[in-house]
Amino acid sequence: MRARAIAAQLALLAAVAFVVWYLASNTAQNLDARKIASGFGFLAREAGFEIGEAPFLAYSAADSYARAILVGLINTFRVALIGVVLATVIGTVVGLARLSHNWLLSRLATGYVELLRNVPLLVQLFFLYAVITENLPGTRQALEPLPGVFLSNRGIAFPVLEAHAVHAWMVAALAASAVLAWLAARWGRRRQARTGQPFPALIVGAALMLGLPLAVFLAAGAPLALARPALQGFNFAGGGTLSPEFAALTGGLTLYTAAFIAEIVRAGVQSVDRGQSEAAYSLGLSRRRTTRLVILPQALRVIVPPLTSQYLNLTKNSSLAVAIGYPDLVSIANTTMNQTGQAIEGIAIIMAVYLTISLSISALMNWYNKRIALKGARR
Amino acid sequence: MRWLRENLFGSWPSALATLAILWLAWMLVPPLVEWAIVDAVWRAPDSRPCRAAGAGACWALIAEKHRFILFGTYPYEQHWRPGLGILVLFALYVASAMRRFWRARLALAWLGGLALIGWLMWGGVAGLSYVENERWGGLMLTLLLATFGIAFAFPISILLALGRRSRLPVVRALSVLWIELVRGVPLISLLFMASVMLPLFLPEGVSIDKLLRALIAMIVFAAAYLAEVVRGGLQAIPHGQEEAADALGLPFWRKTLFVILPQALRIAIPPLVNTFIAFFKDTSLVVIIGLFDLLTSIKVALTEPAWSGFGVEAYIFASLVYFAFCFAMSRYSQNLERELERSRTHVLREN
Repeated sequence: MRARAIAAQLALLAAVAFVVWYLASNTAQNLDARKIASGFGFLAREAGFEIGEAPFLAYSAADSYARAILVGLINTFRVALIGVVLATVIGTVVGLARLSHNWLLSRLATGYVELLRNVPLLVQLFFLYAVITENLPGTRQALEPLPGVFLSNRGIAFPVLEAHAVHAWMVAALAASAVLAWLAARWGRRRQARTGQPFPALIVGAALMLGLPLAVFLAAGAPLALARPALQGFNFAGGGTLSPEFAALTGGLTLYTAAFIAEIVRAGVQSVDRGQSEAAYSLGLSRRRTTRLVILPQALRVIVPPLTSQYLNLTKNSSLAVAIGYPDLVSIANTTMNQTGQAIEGIAIIMAVYLTISLSISALMNWYNKRIALKGARR
Repeated sequence: MRWLRENLFGSWPSALATLAILWLAWMLVPPLVEWAIVDAVWRAPDSRPCRAAGAGACWALIAEKHRFILFGTYPYEQHWRPGLGILVLFALYVASAMRRFWRARLALAWLGGLALIGWLMWGGVAGLSYVENERWGGLMLTLLLATFGIAFAFPISILLALGRRSRLPVVRALSVLWIELVRGVPLISLLFMASVMLPLFLPEGVSIDKLLRALIAMIVFAAAYLAEVVRGGLQAIPHGQEEAADALGLPFWRKTLFVILPQALRIAIPPLVNTFIAFFKDTSLVVIIGLFDLLTSIKVALTEPAWSGFGVEAYIFASLVYFAFCFAMSRYSQNLERELERSRTHVLREN
């Protein structure tokens, strides 16, 4: 029996190895025939194409392929980060709205979830992109929903704070107050363990983190200069702008993922047994403290694992950028592959990046799951 | 009245939310209805009436292009063939959805049905002219991709799921490698791989066409996701079942086929349907590698100068089509879940 199992496995391994060897030798032959040199040497060569948006890292067509791909990676992370934050907020609101006692509100939330979940994300992206580029007016007739914010078929232009030395100090103050808040919370926990007196860590923390930067701001004379966008020629200059591609991609990813997050949040809250809140009330805990100390910790245990997989999905789905022309990692790697013919290397880069993200997030997740697992369940 | 008070004005925040929603509806619904129905252009040979001042939605685009959207570039006078094919597929879907037909014969019906569709689409024998598959397209291609993708991915996924739980380390490692590698990367990268790397893998002179290459990528992708769902079903089966089968002296494959899998798949049906829905939506990604599915034909229809600029209407229509399929599937899976739950508790009570 054992011998047979070992023989079968060896045969399987040999078959897989043979297939891999066969494909690799074919590939080598084909590359020879097409005179394509394999390897990552092409990364140092000049890219020669422009990229529509390259924030944080200056880029021009004279830069190397490696730098172009780095710009793509930054663009991917930019969309993914903003998408994750917004989707979490919207998803939580919609998920709680579905549980609302208000019939209209819960119906509305249900409709949102059903509609968004049952239409392919790509169709939603095309739709949003069409709305922005075809149906919004040109820059000269741009809509101005808020003073200084312009919506046009060239994207969204909005005012930004002009950089000032004080802003750096405010960031420093924020960091310092975060440390202080953490120390205060720790001291409060210890005191509660010793004397049973509760400490309002949340309020104190929030006050510190809002108050300290604000104090710095006011002490410096409140420098608040806005750079407003203004029409120059055919487009807006000054202030901040979001391209139609970025707006459509971020909006689409956010709304789509929010529908899935809403379902996760709803299931998580519903998974906490009614008896838990009843028990907390009968112990005399207030409604707010019941939610924070009894319901939320238990709901989070159910919510967090599927939530992270949604974050991963959002990051992977950001690769659909290539369909509407936002220069993310995949779309730049695609351009690179078309220009250089280095298909294998290009796809290897894409896969390596996404695998790194996926595997590190799931490692983090496993660690977290172990930490929050019920103590009794751990053996 | 009581219902209103309880469900819409139960508390101050609730009343405020109700009023806010009503106000939004008051602001948004009339102009939308005006645009989509009252002022809409329903039929027109070209887009001129749509571009007139005050014209609403241009549904004439859909009316004018519906054959193209349904069947792509399939020869026009032969459209009855993919049309009939879609009907056959629908019949198979409906039959598979009814528990009454969950018998071994259903598999035979599928084989026969797919062969019939192949004959209808390709032709070349028995009086039908030959149509190469580069000309297949539209909704028909979307349905074919989804159906064939699932049909091939499902058996593979069962093997992968069993492999991941196997005691043989090599089998387990290979299964885990497949599943985790595929689930870690976006579908696009697999499609790119199929369209640009697969030709490099094959020996000189051998080539497989674009449709098949895309289908292979979709199968590899779907198999990994389905395998995790099947594994969930396998894990949900009590150990006693396996031990009982061992005690009866059943060999591995008999035990797996007749004891473990029937129960595991039954538990896994609702999440399986959800994965089918996700996969159906994902078939739309082939637009990126230029395959002619429903979404591609809509995009191509929009590139005609006569109809350019009506993307919103076109994508609303695409959304409706996808929504109809996905919503039907998700409702079905919810009902099935309830039904299975009921029959299980019923059995438990009887025992």
